Amino acid sequence: MTLPAPVPDITPETETFWKATATGRLLIQRCAECDRCVWYPRFLCPACHSTDLLWTAASGRGTVHSTTVTSRGILDYKDAGSYVLALVELDEGPKMLTNVVECDPAEVFIGQCVEVVFHDTGAGVALPRFRPVTEAAAIPGA
Amino acid sequence: MSIRGKAFIAGAYEHPGRELPDHSIPRIHAEVALGALADAGLTLADVDAYFCAADAPGLGGLAMADYLGLRVRYMDSSDMGGSVYLSHVGHAAAAIAAGKCNVALITLGGRPRTTSLRAPGQLMGAPPEAGFEPVFGLNVSAVYALAAARHVYRYGTTSEQLAEIKVAASLHAQHNENALLRKPVTVEQVVSSPMVSSPLHRLDCCVVTDGGGALVLVNEDIARGLDRRCVKVLGHGEAIEHSHGGWQDITVTGAVRSGRDAFEEARVTPADVDYVGLYDSFTITALLAIEDLGFCAKGEGGRFVLDGALHAPHGVLPFNTDGGSLCNNHPANRGGMTKIIEAVRQVRGEAHPAVQVPGCEIALAHGTGGWLTTRMGNATVILGREDA
Repeated sequence: MTLPAPVPDITPETETFWKATATGRLLIQRCAECDRCVWYPRFLCPACHSTDLLWTAASGRGTVHSTTVTSRGILDYKDAGSYVLALVELDEGPKMLTNVVECDPAEVFIGQCVEVVFHDTGAGVALPRFRPVTEAAAIPGA
Repeated sequence: MSIRGKAFIAGAYEHPGRELPDHSIPRIHAEVALGALADAGLTLADVDAYFCAADAPGLGGLAMADYLGLRVRYMDSSDMGGSVYLSHVGHAAAAIAAGKCNVALITLGGRPRTTSLRAPGQLMGAPPEAGFEPVFGLNVSAVYALAAARHVYRYGTTSEQLAEIKVAASLHAQHNENALLRKPVTVEQVVSSPMVSSPLHRLDCCVVTDGGGALVLVNEDIARGLDRRCVKVLGHGEAIEHSHGGWQDITVTGAVRSGRDAFEEARVTPADVDYVGLYDSFTITALLAIEDLGFCAKGEGGRFVLDGALHAPHGVLPFNTDGGSLCNNHPANRGGMTKIIEAVRQVRGEAHPAVQVPGCEIALAHGTGGWLTTRMGNATVILGREDA
């Protein structure tokens, strides 16, 4: 079954991030002071506490850091059945909670290479989810 | 002991805004924090104690500590309405006087003018992670499962090992006439129960119960005058852990720090502990606490719990002799209170005779509140048999 794509809570602080999802871009904040990337978006760097955070384009690639097939969805996911909730370590370093989609939930594994896909919420923004990188997609130019 | 002269207000800051339609509530907390710390000539990195009211968004103090990237060893988000900041000054001074912390930050932020968040109970607004967690279907068992899955991957922990924790709790619960689940279960029954969030099965999860509990603490003079056996609080430690901007190790909890502080204050070591009350919202919660409190090496928890290690009265580390949250009680979805209560029974020698640890001198109770993987409040208390 198709996962629900609920409309996120968008604030002035996160508006830039969500606007970019409409055009299929995954943005991440990088701290100008300590150079660390930060997830989730916010007003200050939680590592060095600088407020000089810059939006940069993420590669959209990462690896599965941990994963669970859950059947206990709540709220918008109450009737979602079994789905994958994963912690994906982005190539830029931070780990983000997300879903792994476009595959059998039982076949998602830690260490798996994944890439971002955007699921339209119907409200002008899209949810960044991830799918396994296929062999074909992994070959440059393929 | 008095707080007189033990603490000083070093920084104070009032936000200049009166209408802040473009600010999230967490951002307001951040701006006033930076303002007050700048006034004091300190930074967020200097802060080791955090105070806010219960109106802070999401998991309150935990959500704010996560957002701000605080390293907190003392937290208080108690509430008494608008006067609570005066109360927090008193609590902070007491904590400082007791050596629990050195730099306490107290923050207030809200937007009743430019939002509809005006009615009681609606003042908190959205937590900072609101746009980035619920939309992906995050639920409580799943965030615990993510930590468990990573532990399985990294250390080879098995479902059967996790199940041993539930088995021990169930063996204890059979003696507790008030326990919700009194029937002993086997490893096989745990691992064949329905999967909730892999690798956690239904029987890896705690019970859901109504109920409650309470404690009374008194000073030494009063304790001495009471006929009832009192239990000495030997040590305490607490630590907030969170996502560190996405750089967290999800197999490690704040018990590393809260346990260290509690042991240090109590002047005992894990080897001295006769009984443990471990937060067991899920089997993985207890397993991580066993490791992080230092009862075994990191990653060895799965092997440690084998061979009846947790069984009372004669296991290496008798735990949750009331049946814990896994079998007995998890009132209001909060398991910390019952962990202390059973530890008090053990130290008084008043646990059920079948599970009373003989000569129980030192008991430790540990709580892991909030959520693994994202943000959690960890607190450890060590109790001793010695009366006043």
